[in-house]
Amino acid sequence: MTSKNTPLLEIRGLCVSADDLEILKGVDFTVNTGEVHAIMGPNGSGKSTLVSVLAGKPEYTVTAGTVRYQGQNLLSLEPEMRARMGVFLAFQYPLELPGVRAWQFLKAAVDALRQHRGEEDMSARDFDRMLREKVKLVDIDPDLVKRAVNEGFSGGEKKRNEILQMAIMEPKLALLDETDSGLDIDALRIVSEGVNRLKNPANATVLVTHYQRILDYIAPDHVHVLLDGRIVQSGGPSLAMELEAKGYEWIREAVEASG
Amino acid sequence: MASSVTPPKSKAEPKVISRTSSDLDADYKWGFTIDIESEVIPKGLNEDVVRLISQKKGEPDWMLEWRLKAYRHWVKQDYREPTWANIQHPPIDYQDIIYYAAPGSKDDAPKSLDEVDPEILEAFDKLGIPLAERERLAGVAVDAVLDSVSVATTYQDMLEKAGIIFCPISEAIKNHPDLVKKYLGSVVPFADNFYAGLNSAVFSDGSFAYIPPGVRCPIELMTYFRINQADSGQFERTLIIADKGSYVSYLEGCTAPARKTNQLHAAVVELVALEDAEIKYSTLQNWFPGDKDGNGGVYNFVTKRGICKERNSKISWTQVETGSAITWKYPSVILKGDNSVGEFYSVALVNNFQQADTGTKMIHQGKNTKSTIVAKGISAGKGNATYRGLVKINSGAQGAKNFTQCDSLLIGDQCGAHTVPYIEVKNSSAQVEHEASTSKVSDDQLFYCQQRGISVEDAHYMIINGFCRDIFQELPFEFAMEAGQLLKVSLEGAVG
Repeated sequence: MTSKNTPLLEIRGLCVSADDLEILKGVDFTVNTGEVHAIMGPNGSGKSTLVSVLAGKPEYTVTAGTVRYQGQNLLSLEPEMRARMGVFLAFQYPLELPGVRAWQFLKAAVDALRQHRGEEDMSARDFDRMLREKVKLVDIDPDLVKRAVNEGFSGGEKKRNEILQMAIMEPKLALLDETDSGLDIDALRIVSEGVNRLKNPANATVLVTHYQRILDYIAPDHVHVLLDGRIVQSGGPSLAMELEAKGYEWIREAVEASG
Repeated sequence: MASSVTPPKSKAEPKVISRTSSDLDADYKWGFTIDIESEVIPKGLNEDVVRLISQKKGEPDWMLEWRLKAYRHWVKQDYREPTWANIQHPPIDYQDIIYYAAPGSKDDAPKSLDEVDPEILEAFDKLGIPLAERERLAGVAVDAVLDSVSVATTYQDMLEKAGIIFCPISEAIKNHPDLVKKYLGSVVPFADNFYAGLNSAVFSDGSFAYIPPGVRCPIELMTYFRINQADSGQFERTLIIADKGSYVSYLEGCTAPARKTNQLHAAVVELVALEDAEIKYSTLQNWFPGDKDGNGGVYNFVTKRGICKERNSKISWTQVETGSAITWKYPSVILKGDNSVGEFYSVALVNNFQQADTGTKMIHQGKNTKSTIVAKGISAGKGNATYRGLVKINSGAQGAKNFTQCDSLLIGDQCGAHTVPYIEVKNSSAQVEHEASTSKVSDDQLFYCQQRGISVEDAHYMIINGFCRDIFQELPFEFAMEAGQLLKVSLEGAVG
């Protein structure tokens, strides 16, 4: 069970491969409630793999290591069970579900969470009310929820829709997979404000990004640099600034020099 | 039976005509047989059998003559069934079929609900068609056809007041001979095709509806068909006539018990829309599909056609086909009147060893005629679904327009989906559009749903329902709810 000192997420020696290609080569990483972590790294370093594995994406194979979520073995759980227990992944490329009305999809998600907690399904009226509040909270075009899930959405709309889903599901652990990519500056601000509003002392955010830009809006407590499947450096917000100024080659050289 | 019925308000109660319950099991749950006394004639078909059926129905001579003409034409074809469809089945022995089965040994058909065998009523209750509980039928007048005979028709009084005739076709032959003579076989002649010929010779019952000029039918008309008798075929005949400026929405539902042998269902449906009239015809077809290994099931070889006979008329077919071992069916519209409109909205689902070759024909004859075809095929298990459609623009159809969309969704890797569109255009002013797509429920879509807490199974149903949304929207609300449930039941074992 969770005690006061149990971290929300504890990753030890995680090795992951896909199609016989080793992507993560021993990742150690701990997240406590109330914290915001940023994982930065160049393309192909394994950032998206890390959060996808945490969410339970089937195409990856964990070859070594452990992941404990609230003290429980996360890797043994089906993806839907992880979601019901509060692990949320904002997708880098949200999927289109043609013909599936967003309203219906979101209601199904909320009811799945409630059933998991032993509660009754939400009434349509209560859900409507809640949805309207959340739409306002994350500043999203209310028409988006009348359409089919992500169908014909622009890239920015899809990303905002992810944040709306996050607002509705109220996760304990929010994993944001390059949520900033493809967003113009206004969309980036709106999405970031949404994330900030959802932050509280009982939950935590792990955001994966290539650029420092989003960290101007969402202030991280910890910054980690992922390089070739390993976290090679961790630090405070200043690390992100340094990376932005010096580029990833700087850290690669530093690692190689010390290694 | 109450003598006066006030028109019910159209209430959005999903349970109204539902044949499904909340606890859905994997097996065909309509597979029970009803243990009632049944009057059957010996197997086989010859002129005497045709005469016997006509006699049993107490038909006038002209009807018998009509049947015999059809029979004589049919028999000349020497059992040569059409072979062009993408379906396979062992040869059908037409002498091994019972051509007439009627519940009860009484010669007279029941005249009111009070006279209906309580066991039959109970059976229909079990099916969720509680004829006796009129209030629950909110807004749907039901004609229930068990095997060959119509057992009960509800809401007669109210319909009569509006001048609407809705009755078993056997009654219409006796009571409204002029209408029947004028229109029976006018859209689907007995020489049209093999199964239509067979039906014309041996049809035993079905529904008849006539909507008088300017009348908007205040309730949905529904016929509920069920094959009960083993080894019997069902050959129902439906004729709907919408007179000038009238409107009717007609629903049809079908089930059959689970039997090891195949049963033949060869129905004919004819629709006639006169000037400014509109007919909306919706079908939920859930005949027994056979078991998981492909044993048994209904051969559903049906001819459905409507004619927009006069200007500004409209006929719309919506079908959800989830049952039957084999479906061979092309609900079509002849667009004869200028400015007339034909629509075809279809979901055909095949699972296990089911086969479906279905689609439509839109025959544009009048000027500025318009047709829309939206066909969705879902293939799972080892099922095989074919869309086959014809869009024909005749030389006189100035300004005709057609839009066709065919989408296929594949579940698993052992099923098949085929699209066979035929387009014949003889007028250069015509606009014909055809779109087609084939997709699979992707692992990424499923994972996306799972990541929102939704189980794999529910995710499948959600995506499949989304795929069918355009079609379900065309159905009356209660039917749409039921259609979703039917898909779910039909797909059990194939997903999750």
